[in-house]
Amino acid sequence: MAEPGLEIDGISKQYGAVVALQRMTFDVRQGELFGFVGSNGAGKTTTMRIALGVLSADSGEVRYAGERITHETRRHIGYMPEERGLYPKMKVGEQLTYLARLHGMPPAEAKASTERWTERLGVAARRDDEVEKLSLGNQQRVQLAAALVHEPRILVLDEPFSGLDPVAVDVMSAVLREKAADGVPVVFSSHQLDLVERLCDRIGIVRSGRMEACGTVPELRSGAGGAPRVLVDAPEAPENWAAGLPGVRVLGRKGAVTELELGAGADDQTVLRAALATGPVREFTRKQPSLTDLFRSVVTEHQEAAA
Amino acid sequence: MSTPDVRMSPASAVGLVASREISTRLKSKAYRITTLVMLILVVAVVAVFKLIGGGGGADVTVGYLPSAAPLAAPLTATAKTLDEEVATQQVPDRAAGEAKLRDGSFDALLVQDAQRVHVQVNKTLDAKLKNALTVLAGQVALDQQIIGLHGDPAQVRQAMASASVDELPPLEKPYDYDSQQLVLGIVAGILIYLSLMLNGQIVAQGVVEEKTSRVVELLLSTIKPWQLMTGKVLGIGTVGLLQMLAIGVVGLAAGLGFGVLTISLSAAVGTVVWLIVWYLLGFFMYSIVFAALGALVSRQEDVGGTTMPALMLVIAGYVVGISVLPSDPSNSFAEVLSVIPVFAPTLMPMRLAMGGVPVWEAVVSVGLVVLLIPVLIWLAARIYRNAVMRTGAKVKLRDALRAA
Repeated sequence: MAEPGLEIDGISKQYGAVVALQRMTFDVRQGELFGFVGSNGAGKTTTMRIALGVLSADSGEVRYAGERITHETRRHIGYMPEERGLYPKMKVGEQLTYLARLHGMPPAEAKASTERWTERLGVAARRDDEVEKLSLGNQQRVQLAAALVHEPRILVLDEPFSGLDPVAVDVMSAVLREKAADGVPVVFSSHQLDLVERLCDRIGIVRSGRMEACGTVPELRSGAGGAPRVLVDAPEAPENWAAGLPGVRVLGRKGAVTELELGAGADDQTVLRAALATGPVREFTRKQPSLTDLFRSVVTEHQEAAA
Repeated sequence: MSTPDVRMSPASAVGLVASREISTRLKSKAYRITTLVMLILVVAVVAVFKLIGGGGGADVTVGYLPSAAPLAAPLTATAKTLDEEVATQQVPDRAAGEAKLRDGSFDALLVQDAQRVHVQVNKTLDAKLKNALTVLAGQVALDQQIIGLHGDPAQVRQAMASASVDELPPLEKPYDYDSQQLVLGIVAGILIYLSLMLNGQIVAQGVVEEKTSRVVELLLSTIKPWQLMTGKVLGIGTVGLLQMLAIGVVGLAAGLGFGVLTISLSAAVGTVVWLIVWYLLGFFMYSIVFAALGALVSRQEDVGGTTMPALMLVIAGYVVGISVLPSDPSNSFAEVLSVIPVFAPTLMPMRLAMGGVPVWEAVVSVGLVVLLIPVLIWLAARIYRNAVMRTGAKVKLRDALRAA
């Protein structure tokens, strides 16, 4: 994992008075699936566009394999823009072959690759149809094929899962995993946080053009400073059974289940003993905050700070 | 899965874009139909000329009663000096003559009683024929006066015929404009105008199509804006050239084949060659402007508005050419305009086809356009690069030029 993949280093971009990106920094290692999450307008699309050279940055640089990315290296990137786009009146097969060739593939290989990817993504039967005649879901598949058809060494996908049916989501996930297994750095943005959590090796949370948190899900959990929580199902416990325990804060109670936050100095075993003292304990669970929780805490934390 | 080594020169990127444009256009129904319609039109125009001009038949047929028989030959002769072919035919009586007037086989019927010439028509009297008859009536009156003065009408006529103004050689030799070359010039003008309008718009629409469908972002992630723009212009230009060549060759072949064109083959080929040179110059000059203007908008509905200023120049040149040149090929206003690059593509080919263009003017007008094109490419590439990724509202030209 030491080999550098795609590095985004200190990129800033301003549109007039609007700051789109402030020293955006992260890296996607070879063979890694990197999830890029953030609210709308946080700067995900701008970052990707800059990585692709479609937009120019005010400062900072993008590197691949340790070297500043050039027009030539960009040909190795498979890109799926947020704004989906293909020639509506061009046939699927011709279009994919054309795009492969624009990325520098020789004609025969471009054709073979088009056949391979349309089959893989389940649109082989539509190769001779014009793109505009396809359903939205199938157009999405063609769009993904367009990002993959030139066998890219880097994948940058902006919202690849939006608008896909569950079957297509599975196909897409499998393809991304497979690409990562081949050693390709894969970065994609998404609002489907559960999917990102399941799929990605590392995740970056963006807010107002800045990378607020970046790492594996466990790293994010510890980094987010969210104290561990436990759920205790003790049906016979009185209302305030946990109130006096050291370092413990009661977050709430739903029926028999009490949710507790364990602050500094709290010991989960002490809590368990206190619970058992009230009667039977049916469940005692350490609750892991989900990516959604982490995301909310990152975003709201700053809203509070800003307020 | 191996990752192929991808190396691509700018030329091959431009070539790929151009070949996509060519194959897309050639496959498009609209293109095939317009080409076919234009070819049919050209052949039809030639055929019409054949029917009107080349027939060799008389323009009008005049019938006469036996009483007017002495007038028949002088009428034909007088009409000829007025550039009108008159055929004459004798009828036994007035009723027969009037019947022929009604069924259209006569245009006029001559009747002479005593000293006057009368003419009977079905509805209206042909203007040229009226002039010829007026001159003829004057001569009849003159003859009678001469006879009245005991003179010899034949002698007087001879004296009149030999009296003429002696024309000295002109100080500057005027160019002798051939009517066929005038027609060729008009046709050349129409063709250039049509193809600039048509292909220029196609370039602008193509740019907007890529913007509207957002495919431009995908394309620009692998090739540079200027490569995309140049490829598009070259591709559409090539297809337009094919169309122009087909029309030029078919038109010439039809003209020469039907015998409508009697000018030398070299003059005809020269016209086509100039037509193609000016089509190329005009197309490249205008289409890069159209590409840049197209990049400013995001919707097909806005293409007309954004390309209007450039279109006005094309139209202005064409209108001046088509309204002034046919009647006055050496008009000095048109002559000046035809050297100015923005008007040259429409005016110069018309003048060249009509003939009589000094060599220096032809060279200067080509040279100016050739010099202007790199400047336009630089400007257009800048506008295109800055505007093509901005969707939504129309991008102001000033912003597109300024933005880095």
